[in-house]
Amino acid sequence: MNFEELEKKIAQLRIQKEMLELEDSKRFQIDQEIYELEKEAVQNLEPWDRLTIARALDRPKAQDYIQYLFTDFIELHGDRRFGDDSSILGGIAYFENKPVTVIAQSKGKSLEENIQKNFGMVSPEGYRKALRLAKQAEKFHRPIITIVDTPGAYPGMGAEERGQAQAIAECLYTFSDIKTPVICVVISEGGSGGALAFSVADHIVMLENAVYSILSPEGFASILWKDETRAKEAASVMKMTSFDLKEKGIIDHIVKEPFGGAQKYFPMVTEELRRYLAKELEELGKKKIEQIVQKRYQKFREMGIPAWKM
Amino acid sequence: MDLFKIRQEKLTLFHKNRKKETIKKEIPSHVIETCESCHTNVSVKELKSNHFVCPECGYHFKIDAHERISLLCDEFKEVDKKFITKNIENFPEYDKKLEISQKRTKLNEAVICGIGKIGDVSCAMAMMDSGFMMGSMGSVVGEKITRLVELADKKKYPLLISCTSGGARMQEGILSLVQMAKTSAAIKRFSENGGLYISLLTHPTTGGVSASFAMLGDIILAEPNCLVGFAGKRVIENTIKEKLPENFQKAEFMLEKGFIDRIVPRKELKETLIKILKMHGGHS
Ligand SMILES: [Zn+2]
Repeated sequence: MNFEELEKKIAQLRIQKEMLELEDSKRFQIDQEIYELEKEAVQNLEPWDRLTIARALDRPKAQDYIQYLFTDFIELHGDRRFGDDSSILGGIAYFENKPVTVIAQSKGKSLEENIQKNFGMVSPEGYRKALRLAKQAEKFHRPIITIVDTPGAYPGMGAEERGQAQAIAECLYTFSDIKTPVICVVISEGGSGGALAFSVADHIVMLENAVYSILSPEGFASILWKDETRAKEAASVMKMTSFDLKEKGIIDHIVKEPFGGAQKYFPMVTEELRRYLAKELEELGKKKIEQIVQKRYQKFREMGIPAWKM
Repeated sequence: MDLFKIRQEKLTLFHKNRKKETIKKEIPSHVIETCESCHTNVSVKELKSNHFVCPECGYHFKIDAHERISLLCDEFKEVDKKFITKNIENFPEYDKKLEISQKRTKLNEAVICGIGKIGDVSCAMAMMDSGFMMGSMGSVVGEKITRLVELADKKKYPLLISCTSGGARMQEGILSLVQMAKTSAAIKRFSENGGLYISLLTHPTTGGVSASFAMLGDIILAEPNCLVGFAGKRVIENTIKEKLPENFQKAEFMLEKGFIDRIVPRKELKETLIKILKMHGGHS
């Protein structure tokens, strides 16, 4: 059985359990069965299944994480140059009673909201807003928490005219030695340089079902095989799951998700994430900033070493 | 004029000539190229003497990394020549593609790095080659460029990167994407230490290369009419559902939008570079 079939069967069993008046022993038996099937389903998850979970409309978005993880969030708008990109949700807040800067790529939870937020595709003014908030954080010695959830930078005409490439390049350049701790959380989808611009961080943590890749599988299939319909196949060869990225040393930690994804039981995910962030921020807080920046440089410096020989 | 037919004839001619190549190394004067812009047929010999610029209309043909070196350098000593890509993910057909590119370009990878002399000024230089898998940046390209930037930083050389690339290399996935961050971080350090970085954009400079080191020059020069942008034309057209204007993402367009310092014709390139390098205290 593949993931979809298993999911259906699990759903049927749940209905059975709810609908019928059953003896406790029978209920227990069904629970056991569900547990086993869930375990099997998780093992059978194809990268494409994870991508589907990651892209689901009902999956928690950056705004949900901000609401649950931080207090007194004050949104700050605009890049002071051109405009305000609503695909970026940025501001200041408390995390565990300490001020932090949050810069998040924010998708919507409905079609309407997604249109307003451009489906999380960031424009140059969004990257420049992020840069402004990052420099502000550096000035006031606030750690930065970035949240990644984007299929990629916006491929639009205006975006090109206003220097999409330059804006992303400047993010990579500036974050590489910004003198304050940075932690990046990939909550759902991280695609292309548009996601990387928010990922030059001291620690990168990914949710279990989140994906991160050089390009969306649709784009990948279209460029490499000239066939967008082979996206599912592309997802498998692209090695884009959290486990793939952990193995390659690109990310530092995976936050476990309940069966079916963070959307099924959000508190479990936010609590683990909170613990992780608290621990890492405390550790970073003990270090000298020069040491942190040096380690950040070294971390990216070593990426790709297995892929060449002299 | 039936362009397709001309192309076919040229190809036949090309294949015929290739057979003779082993015997005769010099370019036969009857090997012709057709200018993409004005469709004039020009002999390769004439083109070469004109730095591969169309004598009729000034169109800049693509040139490879070696040609770029001979155009700009009076001396050139290559570094990190032996870096070779390992297909660690066993990505389908990647090995074959690498092999074809290596054979065709006689290069190990899509960039040549070294210390060269432009006039009498020493300069750390990276010359990308779009003939090698579209100049895409994988781990080797990222590593070679990073090493060169670090070398320039250590030895206090100015840095010149001649860019041409379709972007990050798909076959290496995430490892090639992060090369954007790695190279940008190296350039940030170099810049903090006072180094001069001149970025030269040539046709085409797009995707992950434009969104990293290509756009980070203290001075950004471009060859006339070259394509510079992040997203591909087709992707943008699919997104906005309309045709893009002819000059979209061309160097002239990007200059107008404020993202390029100067467009420099190939003929004036060396002279311009020497002037800039000297103004920044460049010496041998
Ligand atoms: Zn011409």
